[in-house]
Amino acid sequence: MSDEIKASSPKQAVLDTYVKIISEKVSENAIKEAYINEPNSHRPTLIIDKEYWHDVALVIRDDENMQFNYLMNLSGVDYEKYMEVAYHFYSFSRDEYLAVKVQTERDGGSVSTVIDIWPAADWQEREAYDLLGIGFTGREISRILLPDDWVGHPLRKDYVPHDEEV
Amino acid sequence: MELRTEEMLLNIGPQHPSTHGVFRVVVKVDGEKIVEATPVVGYLHRGTEKIAESLTYTQIIPYTDRLDYLSSMLNNYALVQAVEELMNIEVPERAEYLRVIVMELSRLASHFVWWGTAVLDLGATTPFIFAFRDRELILDLLNEISGARMTFNYMRVGGVKWDAPEGWLEKVRDFIPYMRKKLKEYHQLVTGNEIFLARVKNLAVYDGETAIKYGLSGPNLRGSNVKFDIRKNQPYSIYDRFEFEIPVGENGDVFDRYMVRMKEMEQSLKIIEQAVDQIPEGEIQAKLPRVLRVPEGEVYTRMETSKGELGIHLVSKGKDKPYRLHFRRPSFINLQIFSDLLVGNTMADLPAILGAIDIVLGEVDA
Amino acid sequence: MADLLTRPFSWLNLLYISLAAVIMLGIVLFFVTYAIYFERKVIGWIQIRYGPNRVGPKGLLQTVADVFKLLIKEDIIPEKADKALFRIGPMLAYLPAFAVIAVIPYSEKIQFADVNVGILYYAALSSITITGILLGGWASNNKYAIMGGMRSVAQMISYEVPLIMSFLGIVIMTGSLNLIDIVEAQKDSTWFIFPQIIGFITFLIAGNAELNRTPFDLPEAENELVAGYFVEYSGFRFAFYYLTEYVYVFAMASLMTVLFLGGWDAPFGLDFIPGIIWFILKFMLLVFYLFWVRATFPRVKTNQLMGFAWKVLIPVALFNVLLTAVLKILNVY
Repeated sequence: MSDEIKASSPKQAVLDTYVKIISEKVSENAIKEAYINEPNSHRPTLIIDKEYWHDVALVIRDDENMQFNYLMNLSGVDYEKYMEVAYHFYSFSRDEYLAVKVQTERDGGSVSTVIDIWPAADWQEREAYDLLGIGFTGREISRILLPDDWVGHPLRKDYVPHDEEV
Repeated sequence: MELRTEEMLLNIGPQHPSTHGVFRVVVKVDGEKIVEATPVVGYLHRGTEKIAESLTYTQIIPYTDRLDYLSSMLNNYALVQAVEELMNIEVPERAEYLRVIVMELSRLASHFVWWGTAVLDLGATTPFIFAFRDRELILDLLNEISGARMTFNYMRVGGVKWDAPEGWLEKVRDFIPYMRKKLKEYHQLVTGNEIFLARVKNLAVYDGETAIKYGLSGPNLRGSNVKFDIRKNQPYSIYDRFEFEIPVGENGDVFDRYMVRMKEMEQSLKIIEQAVDQIPEGEIQAKLPRVLRVPEGEVYTRMETSKGELGIHLVSKGKDKPYRLHFRRPSFINLQIFSDLLVGNTMADLPAILGAIDIVLGEVDA
Repeated sequence: MADLLTRPFSWLNLLYISLAAVIMLGIVLFFVTYAIYFERKVIGWIQIRYGPNRVGPKGLLQTVADVFKLLIKEDIIPEKADKALFRIGPMLAYLPAFAVIAVIPYSEKIQFADVNVGILYYAALSSITITGILLGGWASNNKYAIMGGMRSVAQMISYEVPLIMSFLGIVIMTGSLNLIDIVEAQKDSTWFIFPQIIGFITFLIAGNAELNRTPFDLPEAENELVAGYFVEYSGFRFAFYYLTEYVYVFAMASLMTVLFLGGWDAPFGLDFIPGIIWFILKFMLLVFYLFWVRATFPRVKTNQLMGFAWKVLIPVALFNVLLTAVLKILNVY
């Protein structure tokens, strides 16, 4: 993505505000990367350091220039080198969208839970744990779609079905 | 003197007449009253997201049919919408109109099933038969255009698979006044019934703020007086060309959710009416390479199905298969509030509350 | 026929009595068979579909086939069930259902027992069925069954009160508890549905609730309790519970015909049509009403059901008794 396109994006100003707010209210180091996801209707996207995620989440919901009160979607992605949890937010009051990504280690990695901020995350976090093995700290977590005694997490790229007879 | 009572653990489902499929909820009851409820899902998990990673985009479409199998057309669209957004494809006008018509028909069909089963859950048998009879007419129409009654596999990236057969649009046009008449009949049979009102009014109330917090969408959100419909607020396809209203409820009880869906059916008919009038002649499929290689990137697209917001989170690495495809299924997320709504209500309210959430297990479990 | 009971005992008499009972059982079973067929046809008609039409001409043998299937099914008793009570349950439910039929006069000639306290006999015996239902629910050792059983007991006890009170007006008017006397009294004046319209309506509602039929079918509410008290029953034991329900439909419709619609009394002086035909017509009308309601209404909730009985029906029925008594004293009747 070249710098010209970035500058021409209608959402660049909005993104800059978000970056400023989070840097001021939480920490300079909280945001690892901030960009506009052009193909997806110019959606502002932030990559947040997982150490700061819970604090940033509170700001995202409560700051009056953000007000992202609706968690549309939470999904995990296995990028083979690391795990990523993608959050997609919508603000009813401001009619704005935001995507947030939090990255964690592939093995035994975990991300802070946000169910205390958006209860909608509850089952979606369980799903991410169930299918990708991403841990969520600060809550009890158990499998949701697969049986409790399932071996492995199917959506991981290196998943091999466990067959008891082999 | 105080009676010594004991709480009883009751396991409802996975096989139970009113769980609408293989859904299980473990409730702790004190007599008839529910003190605790734990939903258990996953009995219909087929690993759609995993399977999708090894299929080409066109091959995934039949799998979306089987998510919310009551409104497959809408699910078809969700997938092609995501791919089209990432590839930035211009879809021919006629295809968009056909999509809207079949999607709204599908929404109606889905709402009929909801109406029939939700009222059946309250013990009335006749509405169920009425609804399924009229749904059959829609399925006939959709069958004629797609070749299947329920698993349509109709939409393609960049268009639709089949053009409308001769006379089909006329049949759709004739269906609208018939359905308007039938909707009045539906209201007469159920909406004014005293017993029905006593059962659903002031039951399982939540306000708009709670609904947003729990990520609810669709009629579950609008029932609590949140005027939000993705078709209106973030128009996709060609929904910005049609006039229709967003019905909302006032109190956020089961009755309001019921009324929202009933009014939504009228709005769907209105949309279909306009679409049938405006539909142009022309191509139904954009020119695309035989093998779809979606450029590297990531999108999250959302659309309004009969159940709520169906989102697709698609990560592509430039191959002909998705790197990661996540379905944000409305039923799955709407169901989270279920256990909170149950507490304090009685056993008889359980099917009423579940019916008002309107879940499809194919979608909950993906 | 009624004097059979009063004759001195002889083996022949015993044979007659037994024969009459067997014939009555045959009639009741015939009624139940075709009431189920009729119900399915009526509901099919209301729901714009055909109803049974495959077995026999016009589907007439459908219920026969269903009953036959139930009878030849394997007799399953759940392992954890209380086996003795599980067996007694359906019988205890069915016996009183059949016994109450004895006091109902069908026409001048067709009547079995001329009991002076006919109504009381009906009310007393029909309460025994509750025991059978509770027993079945309890003995099944199933949570749904026990909930269904409990609901049933609560409901039937509550609705018995307005049911009995609603015909007290008639008892005051006629000064008799004998059903035959009540019919005769209606022949002389007018059918009691007119002076006792409040009583009739309360009776209709309470009767519907006593029968556990929609909208009061909570004990077997399939949407929450799967099947209620008989969830563990199959085969002929299930058939007995099913039979009980329909025999009570028969009994309740007969009782209502006798109490409020003048029994075999012919209206408008149409005496050339035999009384029994009139009885059957009135009776069918009430049975149709039950099916009609079933196809139309959703089910009420337990608390609403109880509230309705104690807060609405009983006060209304009491008021009716009071009103009748006052009018009686004022010699209006």
